[in-house]
Amino acid sequence: MSHPENATVFLKDKERAKWHDDTLWIVRQKRDVTIHQIPEWEKLRELASQIKDHTLSKLDFYLEELEKNATANGIKVHWAENAEEHNKIIGKILDEKNCKAIVKSKSILTEECHLNPFLEEKGIEVVDTDLGERIIQFLKQPPSHIVMPAIHLKKSDISDIFHEKLHTEKGNVDPVYLTHAARLHLREKFLQAKVAITGVNFAIAETGEFVVCTNEGNADMGVHLADTHIACMGIEKLIPRRKDLGVFLRLLARSATGQSITNYNSHFRSPSPGKELHLILVNNGRTKQLAREKFRNSLKCIRCGACMNTCPIYRRSGGFSYGSTVPGPIGSILSPGIDLKKYSTLPFASTLCGSCTDVCPVKINIHEQLYEWRQEITKAQGASLKGLSMKLANGIFKSPLAYKVSGKLMRASLKTLPDSIIYNPLNAWGKGRNLPNLPEESFKDWYKKNRNK
Amino acid sequence: MKKDVPHIGLFIPCYIDQFYPNVAIATLELLEKLGCKVTYPLGQTCCGQPMSNAGFEADSEGTTSKFISDFAKFDYIVAPSGSCVLHVKEHSPKVDKLKKNQEHVQSNIYELSEFITDVLKVDSIKGSFPHKIGFHASCHGLRGLRLASDSERNEPPFNKTLQLMKDLEGLEVVELTRKDECCGFGGTFAVSEEAISVQMGKDRIADHVDKGVEIIVGGDMSCIMHMQGIATRDKDNVQLMHFAEILNQVIS
Amino acid sequence: MSSKASILAAIKGLNMKEKPLPEIPDFDVAPDLIEAYTHSLNGNKGTVVSKEELEQLIAETGFPKIYSSSPSFATFTNCELPQHPADFADLDLAIIEGQFASAENAAIWLDESNLDLRAIPFITAHLVIVIKKENIVGNMHEAYKRIGATKSGFGVFIAGPSKTADIEQSLVVGAHGAMSLRVVIL
Ligand code: SF4
Repeated sequence: MSHPENATVFLKDKERAKWHDDTLWIVRQKRDVTIHQIPEWEKLRELASQIKDHTLSKLDFYLEELEKNATANGIKVHWAENAEEHNKIIGKILDEKNCKAIVKSKSILTEECHLNPFLEEKGIEVVDTDLGERIIQFLKQPPSHIVMPAIHLKKSDISDIFHEKLHTEKGNVDPVYLTHAARLHLREKFLQAKVAITGVNFAIAETGEFVVCTNEGNADMGVHLADTHIACMGIEKLIPRRKDLGVFLRLLARSATGQSITNYNSHFRSPSPGKELHLILVNNGRTKQLAREKFRNSLKCIRCGACMNTCPIYRRSGGFSYGSTVPGPIGSILSPGIDLKKYSTLPFASTLCGSCTDVCPVKINIHEQLYEWRQEITKAQGASLKGLSMKLANGIFKSPLAYKVSGKLMRASLKTLPDSIIYNPLNAWGKGRNLPNLPEESFKDWYKKNRNK
Repeated sequence: MKKDVPHIGLFIPCYIDQFYPNVAIATLELLEKLGCKVTYPLGQTCCGQPMSNAGFEADSEGTTSKFISDFAKFDYIVAPSGSCVLHVKEHSPKVDKLKKNQEHVQSNIYELSEFITDVLKVDSIKGSFPHKIGFHASCHGLRGLRLASDSERNEPPFNKTLQLMKDLEGLEVVELTRKDECCGFGGTFAVSEEAISVQMGKDRIADHVDKGVEIIVGGDMSCIMHMQGIATRDKDNVQLMHFAEILNQVIS
Repeated sequence: MSSKASILAAIKGLNMKEKPLPEIPDFDVAPDLIEAYTHSLNGNKGTVVSKEELEQLIAETGFPKIYSSSPSFATFTNCELPQHPADFADLDLAIIEGQFASAENAAIWLDESNLDLRAIPFITAHLVIVIKKENIVGNMHEAYKRIGATKSGFGVFIAGPSKTADIEQSLVVGAHGAMSLRVVIL
């Protein structure tokens, strides 16, 4: 997995790349407009950050609280150490119900756990009901964005796949027409499903309830029609008090899309009479991340996607270029914790511009953690080529004489050898950029002549 | 020159020394014209930023120690680069045996425009500069040193660099579509992610050119070097300048 | 060791220092809450209508299947509450009472005491929620103060009709759930 290579491929289709960049920039702009209508915005971010920091610092306590209160409400609570166990728990519930088809609303966690292939292997039909997710499911693709899973697709792509799968008119690209076709198709699925799976946006320790936010209403359509609701959450989704939701619901949708709130914000506390409600608490590496002090607060993430929309690299390389379940800046600080080697290029897929950190509603210092991962990765890699040249550079800069000689040499060699092999990365520099015009003398020489006589 | 004026150590990042002596000269002259006593320590080399951002902070200790010993004797350290200043302040490795000096350096190092507004308490520079400019905020200056408000946060608008230019006669500063988008330089990023880096630079220049900007003005030569390299290659009809060059040119 | 035990042990083993939990302060709210509410609802693609407008709409449209649990509009109900929510798949119009609403984002709180079936506001083709003027609060903090410690198996903030922008970011109303939301402020 190499981000630069994937990005280079993405950028080859210039028009599409520009469209992708512009589309996400519009989402970022919508976010800017709404947040400027909230004078206390920065205060809310600070509160959210503190609430999450506090929760993480007592995560064991709150998890037990949640379990206790949820159980008292009639929710069946399960614990899963990893993805495999998470999938098994779901598989077992479905077996008990003799269930062969489920509907599922958006959940990054089930993506992370690769639940769909697991269930399909068992012969269970999985229907993702979020429109964007259904589209990519038809195309057998993973989501390219955590809030807008099909953001990489154009309406013509969607029209084509709907024509094939839902028999819509060929070439009809009208979003209203296409959405309506999906509505009819998914209605049928909702009415038949006996089990519905959802993710969780927030779980509240104090009340033992959990909250699911959607705009489409697909989570609610699924769970209220089914007999069994299975909700899956990472253990970091907790918050202590119900009133904390006031802070988070004000931040989430505004950060994500610029809306003031998602249209449906459902609070599940106990099952309807005669029905079942399951809640699965999943670790899958989260306690490991919690143990890494420098990276701990990446677990504050509420998955709003704002850091992706604002990221100049994400916008110009697309979600797939990251090769991980969660792409973009937050993905680049979460993924190395899962597999340092596989994801070693991700922390370098950033200019450290810091825009992600400033949009993040829970104030994760994303770009600083990217910087810290770089240090970890170079340590783990030992003396790679880049490392060698950097060590060399440190030697040069430590000694004024060596610096002077090498600077002069560089200036001289640049004049005669534009593709100089002396400073190899310059080849990549020169592909799309000229080198600066070279002055006759350095500032140091000028200073000696003019000030330091 | 007054005797009791504070003594400034001029920090000229390595690539400015080598490639952009005129920016260094402008910085020096500007500070002198503002009544400062400035010395350029001849032994200085580099702050260590290129190494650290590439993931070799630990290996840059030698460079950092050198930097501290070069500059600890000054009251203030000033550089025409937000990026290098940020590095010294926040990312240089801790050197235990130089702890006190390092703390002094870290809390008294300033980017040029913030030094003029915050320490010298100069509100703006008077003069004339009849040009249409666009301002490119370097990310490290903007979101690291907070030299200006950014579009991400809900905070009262300010911009220390443009504040200094606000009274220049004839100056027009255009409003960009993406006010503070990164130019794509990013140190080693410029070569390790060559394709995106160049694309970001092109987009950044286009935002200015589309609005009829004559001169893209910035505070970090690394961004300017990158954008200049692209603008020259693409034959874009736009100039790039460091704000120190403008202020030094107009100040009387 | 069970997964529960191992997860909890892993966290406890970190011996993290407890960080403070902040109190949530009060924030200023819009001076005219009804106006702010209306504005927010429009932003979410819902509309505020008067009692008369709603009555006229029902008279003119002639929705075949209407269910109202709002006493103010009780007479419009023309069907029985079914045993299974799927039997409401053809419901054309539901009228329900909301407890209170937040002006900053138009979100209306409903819980099981307002919902004869949890599915109603989602499965109906068109949704009307009735709220009282005096029950419009400024923001979500005030809203959660109103909810307090109330116990209900299910509660929901509804802020607009079902919508999606998953196809090239074009907003389409009526993805799965209600294709319209009208709010009557009494
Ligand atoms: S890191 Fe912050 S901005 Fe990015 S998805 Fe998570 S909460 Fe949103």
